[in-house]
Amino acid sequence: MSESRKIKVLVTKPGLDGHDRGAKVLARALRDAGMEVIYTGIHQTPDDIVNTIIQEDPDAVMLSMLSGAHNALCPVIMEKLKANGIDDVLVGVGGIIPDEDKPLLKKHGLQGFYGPGTELKEIVEFVKNNLKR
Amino acid sequence: MDFSNLIDKLIDGDTRAAARLITLVENDIQAAEKIINSIYKYTGNAYILGITGAPGSGKSTFISTLTKRLITQGKKIGIICVDPTSPLSGGALLGDRICMKENFSLDNVFIRSMANRMQLGGLARATEDTIKILDAYGCDIIIVETVGVGQSEVDIFKSAHTVVVLLVPGLGDDIQAIKAGIMEITDIFVINKMDLVGADKKVADITQMLELGMNFKYSEEKTETNFAKIKQWTPEIVKVNSKTGENFEELLGIIEKHKNFLSSSGIIAIYKINRIKNETFQILKYKLTKKVEKLLSTNSLIEDYIKLVMDKSLDPYSMANLIIQLLGME
Repeated sequence: MSESRKIKVLVTKPGLDGHDRGAKVLARALRDAGMEVIYTGIHQTPDDIVNTIIQEDPDAVMLSMLSGAHNALCPVIMEKLKANGIDDVLVGVGGIIPDEDKPLLKKHGLQGFYGPGTELKEIVEFVKNNLKR
Repeated sequence: MDFSNLIDKLIDGDTRAAARLITLVENDIQAAEKIINSIYKYTGNAYILGITGAPGSGKSTFISTLTKRLITQGKKIGIICVDPTSPLSGGALLGDRICMKENFSLDNVFIRSMANRMQLGGLARATEDTIKILDAYGCDIIIVETVGVGQSEVDIFKSAHTVVVLLVPGLGDDIQAIKAGIMEITDIFVINKMDLVGADKKVADITQMLELGMNFKYSEEKTETNFAKIKQWTPEIVKVNSKTGENFEELLGIIEKHKNFLSSSGIIAIYKINRIKNETFQILKYKLTKKVEKLLSTNSLIEDYIKLVMDKSLDPYSMANLIIQLLGME
C-alpha cells in the first residue's frame, strides 16, 4: 500500500478474567516484531471489544482467554462484528481452549487457538500470514 | 484509489468510515493528501484540547474523567492518544485505552490510539490529519494526548487551542518549574493526583514560577505574533484527582475561560494563521525530506562527494550546498 504500512493488532481480554501475563507477553512480542499493538487491559465486554475494533480499525484481533468462558463470549463477539459489517479482520484466540471446544469456535470464524508453551514466533507468523487485507 | 464513498459517509457521521480514513492517512501520505483535500472545507468547528505531561502523570485517566464530564454537556468527543514507536523494531505498544475505563458509547466518544512513528515533538505525522477527520466527523471537542513528554516536546502548542500540562506531586523542584520548553507553552497547569503528599508544594512552585515572570513579559521583537497566545494569558493552576473527579468542575470553568479569552482577545485569529503556517511547514518538511532521501540514495554523484569530503577537499557544509543545487532548489 505504501512506504509505512504497519500491521495493527488489538490484544484484548474478554470477560471476567484477570490473568493477563500471557496477553502482555504476546503484546510485547508483536511489538518487537514491528507491529503496532493496542492492549485494552482486562475485563472487556463483547461490546467494548467491538467498539474498540470499530474505532481502531486493526488488521488483527487476538483474544486471550483463560477463564473458560470462550464458548459464551467468542461467538458473541463474532456475531457483533458481523452485525457491524466487519469481515476483514483476522480474529485469533489463545489461552486455555480445550480441543473439544475448537470446532464450535472455528465455525464462528475464530483462528489460532494458541495454548501454553506456544513459541511466540509461531503467533507472530500466524498474524503476518493470515491477514485479510 | 477513490475515497469519495468513505468521505460521504464520514460527513454523515459514520464511525467506521472515520476509522478507516484515519488508517489511510496514517499509512499513506498520498491518500492523506487526497482525503484532506476533500474534507478540509468541513473542518474548523471543533475545539482542540491538548493534554501533555510526563509518562505516568495520569494523562489517560485524566482524559477519561474529563470526557465523562464533557459528554454530560451533550458534546461529541474525539480522543487521539499518541504513544511512542520503538526505535529498535518500529513496533509500538499503545496502552492508553487501559486507563480509559468509562464505558463510553460509540455515539458520543471516538477514541483512537496512534503510534508516533518516530516523529519528534510529541505527536505523529498523521495527528493533524486525524484531528481534521474527527472534526469533519462531527466532534465538538477533540482531545489530543501527546506521548509522555520530557521537557521539549512542544508541538501540541501549535495544534491545540488550549494546552493542559499535567504535573504530579514529588517530581522536580522549583528550578524545573522555570526551565524553558514545556512549562512555557502551558495554558493550564493541572496538578494531578492531588491526594498525594506534595501537591500544595507543587502548586506553590508553579505559582512562584509564574510570578517570577509577571513583570517581564517576552520582548516584542523576539516573540512576534507567534506566541501571542502565551504572552497575553496568565496560566491558571488547578489541582485535581482524576480517580474521584474532585475539582473537575473548576477545571472545566478554567478551560471555558481560556476559550473565551481566545475569542475576546482576538488571538484566535492569530492562532489560526499560525496553525496553517505550521502545518504547511510540516508538510513541506516531510515532502522535502523524502525528496532529499531519494536523491541521496539514488544519485551517483553523492558517492563522489563523500570521497571528496573524506579526502578533505570538501567539507559537509559545501557538500550540502552541492546537494541543494542538485535538487534545483537554489
